[in-house]
Amino acid sequence: MSDAIVQVRDLTKSYGDVVALRGVSFEITQGEIFGLLGPNGAGKTTTIEILEGMRLADGGTATVCGLNPQSGGAEFKRTIGAVLQSTSLPDKMRVAEALSLFAQLYGRRADTGGLLGRFGLEEKRHAFYGKLSGGQKQRLAIALALVNEPQVVFLDEPTAGLDPQVRREIYDIIEELRRDRKTVLLTTHYIEEAERLCDRVAIVDHGQVIAHGTPRELKQRSAGTTRIEVSLAHAAADGDLRALEGVTDCRAVDSRYVLHSTRPPQTIVALVKHLESSQNELQSLEMAAPSLEDVFIELTGRRLRE
Amino acid sequence: MNHAWTLTLFRLRLAMRNRAFLIFGIIIPLAFLFLFSAVFASKGGPAVAYVLASVLAMSVMGSFWGLSQQLVIFREQGILRRFRLAPLDAGTMLASGIFSNLILMVPGIAVEIAVARWVLHMDRVGNLLSVFVLSGLGAVTFAALGLVVASVANSMMETQVINQILWLGFLLLSGVAIPLPSLPAWLQQVALFLPATYLVTGLQRALIEYVPLQRLGGEVASLGGCAILAFFVCRQIFRWEPEEKVPRQAKLWVAAALIPFLLLGAWESSRGGRLGEARTILRSTFAERPAQQRDAAAPPPGEKR
Repeated sequence: MSDAIVQVRDLTKSYGDVVALRGVSFEITQGEIFGLLGPNGAGKTTTIEILEGMRLADGGTATVCGLNPQSGGAEFKRTIGAVLQSTSLPDKMRVAEALSLFAQLYGRRADTGGLLGRFGLEEKRHAFYGKLSGGQKQRLAIALALVNEPQVVFLDEPTAGLDPQVRREIYDIIEELRRDRKTVLLTTHYIEEAERLCDRVAIVDHGQVIAHGTPRELKQRSAGTTRIEVSLAHAAADGDLRALEGVTDCRAVDSRYVLHSTRPPQTIVALVKHLESSQNELQSLEMAAPSLEDVFIELTGRRLRE
Repeated sequence: MNHAWTLTLFRLRLAMRNRAFLIFGIIIPLAFLFLFSAVFASKGGPAVAYVLASVLAMSVMGSFWGLSQQLVIFREQGILRRFRLAPLDAGTMLASGIFSNLILMVPGIAVEIAVARWVLHMDRVGNLLSVFVLSGLGAVTFAALGLVVASVANSMMETQVINQILWLGFLLLSGVAIPLPSLPAWLQQVALFLPATYLVTGLQRALIEYVPLQRLGGEVASLGGCAILAFFVCRQIFRWEPEEKVPRQAKLWVAAALIPFLLLGAWESSRGGRLGEARTILRSTFAERPAQQRDAAAPPPGEKR
């Protein structure tokens, strides 16, 4: 028997003519931080909202701690905590009141002081929700998701729209969840977030999981290669660049070219020679170790944020 | 029940922080009380009680507006979906809105009665138990009807349009703004199908004729029945999500909420007693005015001969 705490099998979902999920399957084990990585519209939110019991799947099965999100009722709701992508609280609700109210709804006495301290909201204890910054609202949302001490936490794009500083604060909070051995499912379209936070990642595109594994395993797809991203004055034929020394893969992405090379110095020399001979010009060149973005580009031919 | 009470307290706190509560719950009804009294009851006496019944009914019917708009705002802003994650059902969410509305209405009603009695020199306070029970039942009924509107409407604008139409209908046809006997005969028949009519006539009887609760069975049953049915209907068609479509059967449910008033209206129409009582109250109230004692031939204000 599987020790998975979250099990998703062949989930399908359509909104009218639009197919959102085409058979999504994955499992999450106890204490794992699992990421759904994909561009907007890939089906991440639909998947997570089915698991939260907010949406009904057309087909397939989903269980969380052995409970069906649709029929699990109050027991299921006590098991999970969630940060929704689009949600709010009344503007005139105070921060401490929100924590206290939701704790009471779960039949608990909130350790309001503890939660406020943990999420850096002590000074905002009496502030109205409407007066909080985006980052403070998101920290409160995470605090509310944890107010019932859930076994599984769902975070739907927890850092979307936040500035880098606040994003790093949220990362620290999620790292803390890892230390607390919480099981977390998070959706994101930030590569950095998935690589830094997730034990395992499922890359989702057009309603399907197109690859999954640990970030390291996924990046092994590009193992031994270096990513060279160049922009040129004039378009070049893919075939010409693919033929350069050391190049294992070449894709045109957003009017730039992403090359993967096993021998970067030789590739760069060959590239410069090729550009000279073809009267083209190198405008920029960046080199980096392959990331999950490269895996996504390899699999789909597109960038994550397209 | 615990959750309903927790949410009720939360809603009360929010309401107390909202100036709209003070404006729409206290100040505007009092302004109408002074205005109507100046026009129809300048010499005090029982006419003030008649005017007070209309203003109380207007305050009670205000439940219809506030709660429906709040529910739509909560849905549109994604507040409801945050609550949906907690172990709550739609009935608890809706009941808390109705309870808090009921509690918030009590001070307004008390202030209006006190002002009528001690500032406008109303010579009687009627049967206060009947007044408060009818006001409470009315508040629950109109709040539940407002929640039905909010559950059917897809946006704030739609809610406002539907509310405006219903509100004007209630205001003009039920005896609140225009005494029922002053309406054309056919409109008086239409009024018998409106819940507001039973609230207004019930309050008039309680305030002016001291009618005890046990003799207000028709009003209590009609308002209570409507409250229960409207609550059941809004619970059936409640939507947590802004993009959730109104279910097809919603219209049937809404039609079901109107059934008691169709039946009651048909029954009252065939019986004819309620309109007769409304005429008697209007005549007796204004006939007591000293001016009218001197000029017995003068018709009560607004009444058609």
